[in-house]
This record gives sequence, structure tokens and C-alpha cells, in this order.
Amino acid sequence: MAENISHSIVRVQGLSKRVVSPEGELVLLDDLSLEIDAGEAVAIVGASGSGKSTLLGILAGLDVPSDGQVWLDGHDLFKLDEDGRAALRQSTVGFVFQSFQLLPNLTALENVMLPLELGGAMDVAPQASEMLARVGLAERLHHYPKQLSGGEQQRVAIARGFVVKPKILFADEPTGNLDSATGERVIALLFELNREQDATIVLVTHDEALARRCHRSLRIDAGRLVAVERSVAV
Amino acid sequence: MAASIRMSWRMLRRDWRAGELTVLSLALVIAVGSVTSVGFFTDRVRLALENQANTLLGADLVMISDRVISETLRIDADKLALESATSIEFPSMMMAAERNQLVSIKAVESPYPLRGELRISQQRFASDRVATGVPEAGSIWVDMQLLDLLGVNVNDVVRVGEADFKIASILTNEPARASGQLFSLAPRVMLNLTDVASTGLVTPASRVRHRMMFAGEVAAVANFRAMVEPRLQAGQRMEGIEEARPEVRSALERARRFLGLAAMVSVLLAGVAVATSSQRFIRRHLDSCAVMRCVGGSQQQILSIFMLQMLWLGLMAGAVGCLLGFGAQFVLVGIMGSLADFALPTPSLLPILFGLLTGLVTQFGFALPPLLHLKNVPSLRVLRRDLGALPTRSISTYGLGFVVLSALIVWQAGDLKLGLYVLGGLIVALLLLAGVAFLLLKVLATFRAHLFVEWRFGVTNLMRRPMSSVAQVIAFGLGIMVLLLFSVIRDDLLNEWGDSLPDDAPNRFLINIQPDQVEPLSQFFSEEGLKAPALYPMIRGRLVEIGGKAVQPEHYENPRAQHLLERQFNLSWAAQMQVDNQLIAGEWWTAAESERQFSVEEGIAKALSIEVGDTLVFLIDEQRVSARVSNLRSVEWDSFRPNFFVIASPGVLESYSSSFMSGFYLPEDEYLVLDKMVRQFPNITVIDIAAVMTQVRIIIERVTLAVEYVFLFTLIAGLLVMYAAIYSTLDERIRESVILRTLGAGRRRLMNGVIAEFVTLGALAGMVAAAAASLLGYVLAVHLFQLEYHFNGWVWLIGIIGGGAGIGLAGVLGTRKVLNYPPLLALREG
Repeated sequence: MAENISHSIVRVQGLSKRVVSPEGELVLLDDLSLEIDAGEAVAIVGASGSGKSTLLGILAGLDVPSDGQVWLDGHDLFKLDEDGRAALRQSTVGFVFQSFQLLPNLTALENVMLPLELGGAMDVAPQASEMLARVGLAERLHHYPKQLSGGEQQRVAIARGFVVKPKILFADEPTGNLDSATGERVIALLFELNREQDATIVLVTHDEALARRCHRSLRIDAGRLVAVERSVAV
Repeated sequence: MAASIRMSWRMLRRDWRAGELTVLSLALVIAVGSVTSVGFFTDRVRLALENQANTLLGADLVMISDRVISETLRIDADKLALESATSIEFPSMMMAAERNQLVSIKAVESPYPLRGELRISQQRFASDRVATGVPEAGSIWVDMQLLDLLGVNVNDVVRVGEADFKIASILTNEPARASGQLFSLAPRVMLNLTDVASTGLVTPASRVRHRMMFAGEVAAVANFRAMVEPRLQAGQRMEGIEEARPEVRSALERARRFLGLAAMVSVLLAGVAVATSSQRFIRRHLDSCAVMRCVGGSQQQILSIFMLQMLWLGLMAGAVGCLLGFGAQFVLVGIMGSLADFALPTPSLLPILFGLLTGLVTQFGFALPPLLHLKNVPSLRVLRRDLGALPTRSISTYGLGFVVLSALIVWQAGDLKLGLYVLGGLIVALLLLAGVAFLLLKVLATFRAHLFVEWRFGVTNLMRRPMSSVAQVIAFGLGIMVLLLFSVIRDDLLNEWGDSLPDDAPNRFLINIQPDQVEPLSQFFSEEGLKAPALYPMIRGRLVEIGGKAVQPEHYENPRAQHLLERQFNLSWAAQMQVDNQLIAGEWWTAAESERQFSVEEGIAKALSIEVGDTLVFLIDEQRVSARVSNLRSVEWDSFRPNFFVIASPGVLESYSSSFMSGFYLPEDEYLVLDKMVRQFPNITVIDIAAVMTQVRIIIERVTLAVEYVFLFTLIAGLLVMYAAIYSTLDERIRESVILRTLGAGRRRLMNGVIAEFVTLGALAGMVAAAAASLLGYVLAVHLFQLEYHFNGWVWLIGIIGGGAGIGLAGVLGTRKVLNYPPLLALREG
């Protein structure tokens, strides 16, 4: 059931994630609370192992917390079951990953068509082609991922992320596997599309320059939110 | 659901394009192909029996009798407006200018055949036409084969018994051909019933099969049958269209079971290939699943997409398999069909259904457990690749597959007990083979340190995946074993059988010698400078009483006993016991005794529960002849000497009508003597044992060829198991080879490693196969056929070298991709 909670698209309250390891209980996220407004671009930054990817996973409903609540687009995420969260992702969320996560057997076009097809839409090829043209890959529709460069693969991933017109896009180290020039172009594209579609971006990065392009940076350390930095550059 | 169907179809196309499904679908094609090839073949024979039953019978109802059938039956049939016709069948010699030949004579009268048609042609290989009527008096129709055998042509005159006949036509099709025997040893000669008397061939002691055929309205036929059946006497039976060709029916049932079970071995191996390749397919789709979950696919949706994908694949591969099976059955028909003697109709859809079912059952049985795992792949895997990995192979992976296959095997066997026996035997055999293969691998591993580096590399590769290696050794081992067993060992056994006969074992039999020809025949032999062979009197009688109790076939459960009581015995009399017989119980009679006595062969004594002291009553020429059993004796049947089940003491049988028979050895260069003899004594029938043995050999070869052919699918399935195993380790192999190549290993060296691995695998399989084939050969020779067993080194040489070379080549072809994969690409793909 959707609840109207101001204009936040993400709201997190008292979020904790603990796992049991051979060395005992490990706290990945510790009593974390935050809000992200619609249309905002937010970077989650921190050192390796600080818990930022775990946070992203939970915000997107890919993982479940040990304690706490997350509202995504007004839905109490963990009151939904796994399939309910998947359905919510289908209608609301786009993803871009560090390792691109393209399906190797599918062409660029088919990869972009995938989320639309899973949503049951018919005749999705024109829409996907258009999106690929938008990211500058009009000539590469029928190439397989392994025939594309890293930058091109990430652009396909971005096209796939945005093709469903998501309200929020989660990106996990989107430039982590790219050289700086390519990374720069990819990021520019990401923000451009974000603006065009008036979407929210939540990205995990340890690229400070990238973080500065966002409205806010949430700094995580040892699973705790230690600082919220507003960027002036945006 | 509609979206899932669309998606599954697209995913299937995409995965197919990517080559992800090649091995999986080939395995299914082979499984379905092997099952349907057997299915189509047996189905065609079954349909021939069902749809053409009355054509095969030549009528709607036939009475078969070993004596003349009363004409009153015909009158009864007339009353019910049934048509009728009689025929008689017997073997005889036919003589042409230079040669003579044993033939199977069928004398018919119009309006034979009542159902179906006779087809004849005037020239060899010319197109034939439907015959109107039967051969005219004085003329005959013959099988084309006979023209070659006798060196004659249409319009030539030949002699049968004491009469000459003109060959009027070539007989190309005959309903009810050779009814009563599946494989006819003698070519057919058809003549007019009115001509039989002039041949002088049929006497009361002759072995003649009489038939009276009826046809008409279904109800009238049924009424007639109900009326006549209670009046049937011993030695008479009715055959309706339901029971037409019982011998073909039982041969078909055996073939269906045996070939069907042989095909199951391929299905089993294909199942292993399906399981292995499904594992790889699923492993390679874990990330895709996670991404699909991530972008909004529900568990149910993803599972149904993959399940549907498998279903489409199963159905399509099944369809291709059916086509393959349909093509393959033509070869089976080519091999086996010529042994049967009737045209086969096109098959029904039943084998297709069973084939598709087998394909789907195999596919889902072996692919379902890993497939279900996809449901559990967490979406978080997109961030953490270590999550949701496929568990290593376990009982659960193969368990379901083996359960459904076991059910298929039991079903194929058509009998729970037989099915369980086969299944148990298969499991024990597989376990034994696995044990041997594993031991061989272990032994090899201990020598590893002494091998060249490439071989060390190859053997290490085999040892690293011992279960997979053992599975491959078994798969190839089974295939190679069957090939060895049915080629080398079969020939060994046949040769051994031939060698086991004494050099002077009779190679010619003479039957139908009349009492007044005994003296002239002996004289003929001495005139020709040959030793006159011993002639044995032969009388036909039916056993009707044992120890004072009337016996009927239905009193016995033993089919042999039933068969013995249904037909007439060949009885003989003698003062002395034949030298190659051995007394088992009781005493042989002396000249001084006047008591009427019988001597009985131990085999039938056992089948019919006859003991020394029992009085047996035979019905001979409608008279009861009784005597006491005074002894039982054993007979060496495979000596080919004339022998009798029941021999009477002198004075019991002499007064009844009898004929004489003889078996003797005729040196091959003396065969002209027979021509002369047949001309002088035209009624005597000569049976050439060598020709019979050749026929038997041909039948054995055909049957084993068919089995070998079915096992060809097993070998292909074995190859698929290997390819599936190679493919399931392909990513790993590529990574390894790339690392080795970046470290400086040349392609040649890597290639040698691959060769070493697969040659070793093939040689091990060949060794296992040779051992198993030799063991089976030994068991067959010593325990089943009572032959001496000779070790044959060829089995081992062919097995090991053939296996090593064949599998080595296939392995190199299968791993080509590993060596040709660009290292940079592999490193980039991580």
C-alpha cells in the first residue's frame, strides 16, 4: 500500500544489516536513516568495505535488512515479498552496474528490450532502438556485448536502465571498469538522461569527482552514515 | 503467461544462436531418434499385422490341419454364404535340366486367395500385375529366386515329383506367404491343387499342411467359427484375423522389447548428456537470472520462461529426433524387413507420441533439478557474484532422471518383473564398469609421474574430474563392447560352432523315402561307389495318453509341452540304440524280449513328465498304439544326425504306413550324385544342411546387425556425453589454456595434452569394453552354447586402439575451440 510521505522517493529508517561470519557477527550497516527526494542525484561514497554497496542493494530491494524500514516510491519495501519487490523494480527502478551485467547471448538491442519484455510490453524493439540511438549506439544494435568496448557496453546498460523510464536509477560504481575519459562520457550521458527523464539517481562510487557532480554525497564508514555533503557544482 | 511464452520463445532463439543448446538438443535428438527408429519399425510390422491381417491370412478365417480337412466343413460354410478354398503345403525337390532345389510347394484351388491378391509377372524384374485365378493345371508360378537357383526361365519345363510343369509366371506377391514360419528356407512354387496327385508326392506319411480358408460377412464368419471350433480335433486349429501370423507376432514382441531396451541404453546416456549440458546452461544463466530479477522479473516468471524454453526445445528436438528415427527405421527395415515376407505399411503416429514423451521425460527428468535452482538465484547476485551458485552435482541432480528412466525401462520391457531384472542388471553392470573404470584411472594416476609432460597433463585432467571421466569411459565402453560382441565375438562363436561339428557330420538329409525305395536306394549308393547311409523308418503319430491319462495341450503350462502335443511326432523303431545316444534311465530292449516298449528322449520326457514304466498311447492312422516306456535316453541334437524323440521296439510300428529318412555326409565334389538320385527317386526330398546353416547364419547376422545398428545410437550418445562433459568444462579449459599460453606453452604442446587426455580416455573405454565383451563371450560360449572358449587378442587390440584413436579424434575436435580461443578475449571476459 502506497503511503504519501512528503516528496521523498526513498526513505530509510533505522536500517541495519548484520551477517554471521566465522569470526562472529559482522555489522555491515548500523542504524542508518536517510531520505532522498525525487529528482535528486545522490552519491553514496566511502572506502571499500564501508557498506555502500550493501546499502544500495537494500535500497533497491535486492537484499533484505536485519532491522529497519525502507520506503521506495511510497512503498514499504520489506512488507512486499521478493516478487512484489521485483514488480516494483520493474515499474520504478533502473540499474547500471560496474560490470555492466549485460546478457552475453543477447544483442545490444535485445538487452535493452529485456526489462520491457519482462513487463509484458509488446513490440518493444522501436522503443529500445530509440533508446540505444539516444546513447549513441544506433549503429551497434545487433552487436553482442563481447563485440562492444567497455564504454559501449556501459552505454547499453544505461540505455537498459533508462528504457523503462524509471523514477529512480541505481548505479553501482558505473565508471569502475572504464578509463577516465570513457568514464567521463558515460557519466555525462547518465546525468543527461537523468535530467531528460526527471529521474532520481542514487549511485555508489569512490570517485570523488563523480560524487561532486551529484546534489548530495552520503558518506558511509563502517556501516554508519558519517556525513552528508552538499555539492555546489550541480 | 503470454508474456512468458513470448519471452521463452525469444530466449530460446537467442540461446540457440549462441550455441548454448547444441549439445542438449543433440542429446535429445539422439534419445528420441533411437527410441523412434525402433518404434517406427515395430509399429509398421504391428500395423501390417493389424490392418492387413486378412490379407496376410489370405482369408477371414483359416483352419489349419496336419491331415486332410473334411469336406463337410465346406458345406457348413456354404450354408452361411461363406466362400471357401483349400490349399496344401509341403516341401519337395524340383528338378531342372542341370540342377535341383528344395522348394516349398503350395497347391491351391480357385478362388484362392479369398482376401488379398496374388501378383505375377512374366519377366524378371518386370512390373507385375494382379493374377486372375490360380495356376492352370500343368503350370506353376515360382519365386524369382528359384529361376536363378535352377538356371531356368519363364516357359521352361521343370519336374516336381513324377510330373513335369511349365513355369508360367513369376510369383511376386502372395498373401499368407510362408504362414507358419517367419523365415522360409525354400523358395515358393505354386501349383494347381488338381496337379498334386500326379506328382505322387503326398502319401499318408508325408508331412503336409492342409488349410481350408473362409471369407464372408463378419457375423457369418464369427458364427461359423463358433460352430466349428468345438469340433476341432487334435492337430487342427483355427486362425482368425486376430491371431494371424502368431510367429510374427511373438517375434515382433521380442524384437520390440529387445531393441526397445537397447534403445533405452542410448536414452540413458543421452540423459547423462542432458544433465551435464543443462548444468552448464543453468550455470551460464545464473547471472542472466539475477539481472532479470533485478529488472523486475518475478520468480514465477523467470522459472516459467526457462521451463517453457526447455519445453519448446524438447518438443523441437523431439520432432527432429522423430524425423531422424523415421529415416533410421528405413535402415532397420532394410536389415530386418527382408527376413519378413510381407510389405510394411507406413507407420502410425504412436511412435512419434512415445518419442516426444521420451524426449520430454528425459529432458525434464535430468534438467529439472538444476532448472528449479534458477528460481532461487538472488537478485543481489548482480552485486555479489558468489551468491546463488549452482550446487555441485548430487543425487538430486541425477536422482529424478534415473527414476523416470527406470519407469521408462520397465514400461518398455512391458513386464514389471522383466523390467526390474533388466534395470537391476543394468545397474549392476554400470556399477561394475564404473568400478573397473575408476580402478584403471587410479592405476594410471600412480604412473603419472613417469609420463611425458603432455601425457601427465592429460591424465591429470582426467583425474581432476574422476566422476565425469568414469561416466565417459562407461558410455564409450558400452558402445564399443556391443560392437566387439556382435562382430568379433559373434564370428568367433559361429566359427566355433561350425568347428565343433565332426568332419563327417551329415550335410544332407533325405526325407520322404518310401518303404519300397529302401532297397533300390541302398543299391543306388553302392552303384555310385558310396557307402549306403543308414535309413530310419519314420511314422507320424500323436501322443494322446500318458500313464493311462488322456493328455491335452492345455493341461500343460510349458509352451514346449503344449507344442509337442499339438503336432504329430516323428516316431521310429530300432533294435539297437543309436551309437551317439546315451541311456539315462531304464534298459534298452534285447532281441529276446517280446514286450512292446518305447524309448523316450529325456528332454520331452521332462517336458511332458514321462517316467520309465509309464504307458504311452499314440494315435497313428486313427488307431491307438500303446507301449510301456522302458528307458530314457539323451540325444546329441547338434550332431546333425537323424534322431527321434520316441523310438519303439521292433514289432510295434512296422504295420503302419511309414516313410524313411536318412542323414549322411556327402563330400562336396560328389554333389552330382544327388542330381542323379533325385532323377531316379523324384519323390525324395533332399535338405542341404549347409544351405540351412547358411540361412541360419544370415538370420543371426541380420539380427545382430540390427542390434548393432541400434547400439550405434549408444555410441553417438556416448560421444554426446563426452561433448557435454567437454562443454561443461569449456570455460574452465579456456581459462587454463589461456593462462598456459600466456605463460609460454605452445599450441602444439597444449594440443598434445588434449590428445593424451582423450586417447587415454578412449583406450580405457576400449579396455573396459574388451574385458566386458570377452567375459560375455565366455559366458555365452561356455554356459549358453556349450562351446569351447578361445581367447581372442583382436578384441583387445581393436578395442583399445580403435577406442583410443576414435575418441582421441573426437576429443580433439571437441576442444578445438579451447586452443583457438583468443587469449586476450578470454582475459577480458575474466
